[in-house]
Amino acid sequence: MTTVSNGVNVQALLDAREALKGAPEAAQFTWRASSRWQTGVHSTISVQNYFGLGQEQSHKEESVFEADHPETFAADDNGITPIEYLLVGLASCLSAGVASVAQNRGIKLNSVESTVEGHHDVRGILGADSDVRNGFNDIKVTFTIDADASKEEIEALVAQSQKRSAVFDALTNPTDVTVEVA
Amino acid sequence: MLERGEVANSWRTERWDSLRLLTPSWQTRLPGLRYDGTDPDGYMTAGEVTAFISRFAEVSRAPVRTGTNVTSVRRTDDGYRVTTGDGEIGCRALVIASGACNRPTVPPLSGGIPASVEQLTPFDYRDPAKLPDGGVLVVGASATGVQLAAELQRSGRPVTLAVGEHVRLPRMYRGRDVLWWMDASGVWDQRYDEVEDLTRARRLPSPQLAGTPERATLDLNALASLGVELVGRLAAVRDGRALFSGGLRNVFSLADLKLGRLLDTFDTWALESGAEADPPERFAPTRVPQTARLQLDLASGEFRSVLWATGFRPDYSWLDVPVLDAKGRLRHEGGVVDSPGLYALGLPVLRRRKSTFICGIEDDARAVIDHLRQNL
Repeated sequence: MTTVSNGVNVQALLDAREALKGAPEAAQFTWRASSRWQTGVHSTISVQNYFGLGQEQSHKEESVFEADHPETFAADDNGITPIEYLLVGLASCLSAGVASVAQNRGIKLNSVESTVEGHHDVRGILGADSDVRNGFNDIKVTFTIDADASKEEIEALVAQSQKRSAVFDALTNPTDVTVEVA
Repeated sequence: MLERGEVANSWRTERWDSLRLLTPSWQTRLPGLRYDGTDPDGYMTAGEVTAFISRFAEVSRAPVRTGTNVTSVRRTDDGYRVTTGDGEIGCRALVIASGACNRPTVPPLSGGIPASVEQLTPFDYRDPAKLPDGGVLVVGASATGVQLAAELQRSGRPVTLAVGEHVRLPRMYRGRDVLWWMDASGVWDQRYDEVEDLTRARRLPSPQLAGTPERATLDLNALASLGVELVGRLAAVRDGRALFSGGLRNVFSLADLKLGRLLDTFDTWALESGAEADPPERFAPTRVPQTARLQLDLASGEFRSVLWATGFRPDYSWLDVPVLDAKGRLRHEGGVVDSPGLYALGLPVLRRRKSTFICGIEDDARAVIDHLRQNL
């Protein structure tokens, strides 16, 4: 196979897969975010530490995100809305998957762009109609990929990326969520 | 040769009435025995398979001890001790040929199904009359799931089919049975040590195929045309509601793309080998339903039964030799089990992709028995 580089350290991922097959406890990760309410519907969320490979881990530096609602919701728009963060997560997860799978298959990527649209009937969150759900009705992701590969190979990259995506799974399958007051 | 019941016991007792072999009859062959009936392109019924295997027992003069159920196999200093319902047997070598489909797999989430909904496995199923009238949720879209979904839908019971990853195949391709292509093109001969991801190959669901006199394709488009409702993989049962994955489109894409690659392989082989066949063809993508339900209320009365077509697994409860991995699978290298003198036959991709088809046993058996004989 010709060696191409999309900048993904696939060998490290393959090594990790082999190593973790026999060590399921080391594969247990906990991702964390901490939120502080500011005022109105504005909160500031920071992310730095997580747990994995059997011990506490840390990103190189803390990332801080502002979440608010836009003026159409009579808010100050200090940041994107929480549900938009789901789109951020989905787009970045699928793109990472496309790059990793492409590298593993020896496919050179020239550009990968995607747009993610979540269709949302806000009557649900407003309590205007009890038959309308709060979350997205559906989500559409459209990829535009320039790569040294056939159309079918590119479609297979996108399909495999969904098959191995944490965020795609989290959005398409139910997850048990506990919310409590400390 | 120990047989718990009669020769071809599982074909006599563990098959639904309408089941036919997936392989055409000309392809259903054992060493020294071929189909000699009038419809070589047809597919044997369970009764015909029983008769075929019984004939093979006679032709091969295999020393079968019927009605002899094995309850335990233990390692001894020079071999194995086999406990049966009919006494003990000592042996130096032992071949496990008890199959891959001894127990239907039922996922733990079945515990959440309301008591008002009847639950069945393929082992419980004989014909649609076995099920109450009313809606049926069939879980799983491999050969079993698609065949039973079609039969139940035709019986007047509205069927909803929960679809996870699956293997789509047309019954006929370029005028020939698709299993002719698998055989002739060499796909079936691919060895276990040549397969890229063996664990995955061994876990591959059975293809969406049925053996019918019409030689009709039974993919998801055919089922949708019959009126079967397609939903995503059954992900959870919560408060009496079945929740389905929203990833249905992608399991369609994965299967359509995989089918395309397989047909490319066939076409390339046909071109290179000069095989005679009709012109290449491609099939319409799996149609995505306009709205796939993400949940349904099992307690509403719409659904009266759930049929678990979620696969089968071997039963090794009698095997008191530590040769199973953490997931309960037999540890073996091409049928040579990880314990001296112990062997296996008839498991998925044991030595080749065709290992679990009747015509696949001959090559596997020769290789495994060669090893056994050299080590006796």
